[in-house]
Amino acid sequence: MADTPAEPVKQAARDGIALGLAVGTSGLAFGAAAVASGLSVAQACVLSLVAYTGASQFALAAAVAGGGSLIAGTASAVLLGSRNGLYGLRLASLLDFSGPFRLLAALGITDESTAVALGQPDPAAARAGFLATFGSLYLTWNAGTLAGALGAGRLGSPDTFGLDVVGPAAFLALLWPRLRDGRTERTVALAGVVIALAATPFCPPGLPVVLAAAAALGAALLPSGAAPLPSGAAGTAEGPGR
Amino acid sequence: MSGTWIAVLVTAVCCYALKLAGLTVPPQWLAHPRAQRFASLVPVALLAALIAVQAVGRGESLAIDAARLAGLGAAAAALLLRAPFLVVILAAAGTAAALRALGVA
Repeated sequence: MADTPAEPVKQAARDGIALGLAVGTSGLAFGAAAVASGLSVAQACVLSLVAYTGASQFALAAAVAGGGSLIAGTASAVLLGSRNGLYGLRLASLLDFSGPFRLLAALGITDESTAVALGQPDPAAARAGFLATFGSLYLTWNAGTLAGALGAGRLGSPDTFGLDVVGPAAFLALLWPRLRDGRTERTVALAGVVIALAATPFCPPGLPVVLAAAAALGAALLPSGAAPLPSGAAGTAEGPGR
Repeated sequence: MSGTWIAVLVTAVCCYALKLAGLTVPPQWLAHPRAQRFASLVPVALLAALIAVQAVGRGESLAIDAARLAGLGAAAAALLLRAPFLVVILAAAGTAAALRALGVA
């Protein structure tokens, strides 16, 4: 792999840009939903520029629309954003950004950039994939938010175009290589699904997904007969294949 | 400043701070093999949970949306056929949009 370092890097950049463009269009949906919920155009844009994590933003907009407690809405939005902290833990050693650049890179941590970074065969490709996803998704998501917020109501339902399936389909595609990795991954994924769905009727939106981390905790604490994970910094990036 | 602005700013700042905190944790916190295992498996659990919640969740309840599930099924089929990423996404969105346009779901 060391003899052809450029190819995985280019492939990772291409994947990241494609994903960012595809998923970023749902910024339109957020902008439109935010304004329909009663947020101003500026408020919608601040959320996309600074929070930059779709699920949290939708959660806050939903709370504003419901006219419910803003404190509960904020709490569920932040709770939903806490998974990005867990992603950051995972990415820190893999990406190995330091100094002021880390302040910028932190902003780029999302489900999408994490999944692309972790799906790469080596750390250089992981960094390229992360940055490509960050760049294209950030631009598209924020442009989409502004356009959606300004054009709210004129757009029609994003469901008409199947845009509501783009998120889950993208996550499935990104999770796919990990599911092929081994039985532990498949068990953890299944347990995560069961936990989240079981918790959904009883929890504010956002919490069920965070609770699903218990599946990873359980698998990490159980003594495992499976092959040990690749050690240290590179993690899955050192794994065989994709 | 309105309550809504405060909620927006608190959400925005906290979401960013959580990302930065994760990225800034000292590496020795993750030195233990079990901690590494946890950090490696967390995205698997959370992404799977996100797929499920986005597929059948509606706020605090579960709701079956046939077009959305069919779209997700199309994505899975495309993945089994080893289709490229963009094809997977287009298959999913196209299937859901087509079923809705036809009024089937």
